[in-house]
Amino acid sequence: MESGFGSDFGGSGSGKLDPGVIMEQVKVQIAVANAQELLQRMTDKCFRKCIGKPGGSLDNSEQKCIAMCMDRYMDAWNTVSRAYNSRLQRERANM
Amino acid sequence: MDSSSSSSGAGLGTVDPQLQHFIEVETQKQRFQQLVHQMTELCWEKCMDKPGPKLDSRAEACFVNCVERFIDTSQFILNRLEQTQKSKPVFSESLSD
Repeated sequence: MESGFGSDFGGSGSGKLDPGVIMEQVKVQIAVANAQELLQRMTDKCFRKCIGKPGGSLDNSEQKCIAMCMDRYMDAWNTVSRAYNSRLQRERANM
Repeated sequence: MDSSSSSSGAGLGTVDPQLQHFIEVETQKQRFQQLVHQMTELCWEKCMDKPGPKLDSRAEACFVNCVERFIDTSQFILNRLEQTQKSKPVFSESLSD
């Protein structure tokens, strides 16, 4: 069976659309979109926190700050994700 | 490309149930993800001062509270809107106030 890349979208020329391949491709696209969203917001937040008056380059302290900020942002994201999940489960239990 | 199969359907009534379920599940997951993105952004403003070597317990507690209060706020707004809609409809021609 040929790979489902390119314009074929999992059809492999047989005329039948393979839902499995489509679903996998969609999942990948969704994951990419989420990663991009995360990166965009992280960049925004860390720029605000770490860069004062923009100089001619990123100095050492700024780079260190950005690196720490990235890790903290991920920690925050995970904390929020867990807290939201807990809340949702609690709501469902109370229904 | 000649599609001899009808699973994609000439009419909209023949959507593959497997795909349908998949779409529902993924949509739900995305709603969750989007809210996590949004709340992380909001709560970051409220809970983070200067990024340190780790997330201290105070900041972590702040994030948890922030999520809970955000959901509370959302529910409060929906509930109150529902109530005020009964006595004084907001979304009608009389948009005074």
